[in-house]
Amino acid sequence: MPADHLDWLRREGRIVVVGASLAGLRAAETLRAEGFTGSLTMIGDEPYEPYDRPPLSKGVLLGKASPLHTELPHRREIDAKWRLGVPATGLDLSAKRVRLADGDEVEYDRLLIATGVRARPWPKEDEARLDGVCVLRTREDAADLYRRLKAGPRRVFVIGAGFAGSEVASACREMGIEVTVAERAGGPLVGALGGVVGAVAADLAVENGVDLRTRVTVTSLEGDQAGRVRAVHLSDESTVEADVVVVSLGSVRNTDWLAGSGLGAGPRGIACDAGCRAFDFRGIVTDDVFVAGDVARSPHALFGYQFLSLEHWGNAVAQAETAAHNMICHGADRRPHLWMPAFWSSMFKVNIKSVGVPPMGEQIMIAQGSLAERRFVGVYGHKGRIVAAVSFDNTRWLEFYQRQIERGAPFPVEYPTVDRRPEGRQPVDAQFPDPSLPTHGPMVTMSGYSPADQQLVFHPARH
Amino acid sequence: MRLVVDLNKCQGYAQCAFLAPDVFAMHGEESLIYDPRAREEQRERLARAVAACPVQAITADGLEGAAGAEASAGMGAGDASDAR
Ligand SMILES: Cc1cc2nc3c(=O)[nH]c(=O)nc-3n(C[C@H](O)[C@H](O)[C@H](O)COP(=O)(O)OP(=O)(O)OC[C@H]3O[C@@H](n4cnc5c(N)ncnc54)[C@H](O)[C@@H]3O)c2cc1C
Ligand code: SF4
Repeated sequence: MPADHLDWLRREGRIVVVGASLAGLRAAETLRAEGFTGSLTMIGDEPYEPYDRPPLSKGVLLGKASPLHTELPHRREIDAKWRLGVPATGLDLSAKRVRLADGDEVEYDRLLIATGVRARPWPKEDEARLDGVCVLRTREDAADLYRRLKAGPRRVFVIGAGFAGSEVASACREMGIEVTVAERAGGPLVGALGGVVGAVAADLAVENGVDLRTRVTVTSLEGDQAGRVRAVHLSDESTVEADVVVVSLGSVRNTDWLAGSGLGAGPRGIACDAGCRAFDFRGIVTDDVFVAGDVARSPHALFGYQFLSLEHWGNAVAQAETAAHNMICHGADRRPHLWMPAFWSSMFKVNIKSVGVPPMGEQIMIAQGSLAERRFVGVYGHKGRIVAAVSFDNTRWLEFYQRQIERGAPFPVEYPTVDRRPEGRQPVDAQFPDPSLPTHGPMVTMSGYSPADQQLVFHPARH
Repeated sequence: MRLVVDLNKCQGYAQCAFLAPDVFAMHGEESLIYDPRAREEQRERLARAVAACPVQAITADGLEGAAGAEASAGMGAGDASDAR
């Protein structure tokens, strides 16, 4: 691109950000910090300024923070035009226009898509509508769930023992509420961390009084005459009475509004190159549409250039910064998004963190500490290399393993480590479930090498 | 004042909970729980916590971290109130 065009873009171009949450806000701040002085429009369907989601399943449910006040601090003024409470409903790539639900159209010179994901609803619509059936993604969801927990339900039923579901169960137990958790896999967190670590999470839950049902699925939700949920039916033919049901079955990517736009967007997200530029459905990279955050799928050099979808807070921040930088600079100055996946969670007062891509590991080695004490570091290996690590109450060691992953250090871990126990001498099968089965977020999804997301046939939108 | 902690960076050393106990608290041995909306009278304590966090994990409106790299001085409530 000619330099004068870029100078013009930086000075008076029009940048539009769709999705006004964590990634959108951090991108906008970076654009301004790097000298963009043109017009900036933030389009968000939620009628609020950008707020933080991780507290919604932790501090908020424990009553330590208000669900309505987790707004993100701003790193700087962004001088943007905010279009909040209006969803974008379409994109015209050739005319460079975003269509809004209120009929307006907004033109751009550069577009950033950061529309994230939404909670996967309970698939049976009539059952999902029962009073007391909840999901947890937005601040309204959190306010509603918190109110129901405060009202002292007889029992809460959580469908899905991923991180979010487990955090909700943990909050219930701390509030002294009876809770049942149903999980298709053999234990909590199995999709994200494998069966060895999942067994620790299972013990932790059970010891804290959770009624954990594994290797079962929920077959139906039953309502009473007033339309309130009253019971949950399981595949093992048991029935559990509950007056709050939290559906925690992972998420759905917010790409529907791009149907027919010609972008490489689909149920697995929007594919982009290492520089955060979106691919079109033919696998050709665009140069004016960028993607960041939970909605993105991007190739990662450390993990065989597979497209990774990371539903991680840290990824949204880092990718937004890189996308924003790349939107307003010359090709040679662009940076690849090579963020090391990192995640945290906290449940039953245990701090769980991971770096790298655990589901890529076939084997795990408990390099430090012990599973039984629930204070350990597990290291995951794939083809003789360290690809991930997880810690339970052992944060301070993770950075060391992050360096090992970056260096492609050999697996099994060959050096002696502090506090290595007999159980950690040999690697064992990490026990991940069949990757074709659904697992629960927020975590990592490896989604192969195709930029076009299975959209082999293109159906243009009717404009 | 709005604040957020980058819990990937946080090492759980509880420096912030010691300096601003009404905003930050340890939950278990190394998990941190905090109120993302601190009351105005906490400003000074919060500023101390932001500055004292050994890994600069805390971002708060109008307060610079120890490194002071990204937080900008001119940060006011302007942007935020536009959005409400
Ligand atoms: C309860 C909960 C707990 C979490 N805990 C952790 C944790 O402990 N650790 C961790 O690493 N991560 C955690 N996460 C994940 C983390 O919050 C996300 O990774 C992060 O929010 C991603 O930011 P984003 O901006 O990409 O997407 P989002 O935050 O999903 O934002 C996307 C925004 O775009 C809007 N939007 C969607 N479609 C449109 C449209 N068509 N037009 C306009 N706007 C649109 C959405 O409404 C939303 O406001 C948690 C998430 C939840 C829900
Ligand atoms: S001072 Fe920083 S590292 Fe320590 S607990 Fe607080 S946020 Fe975490």
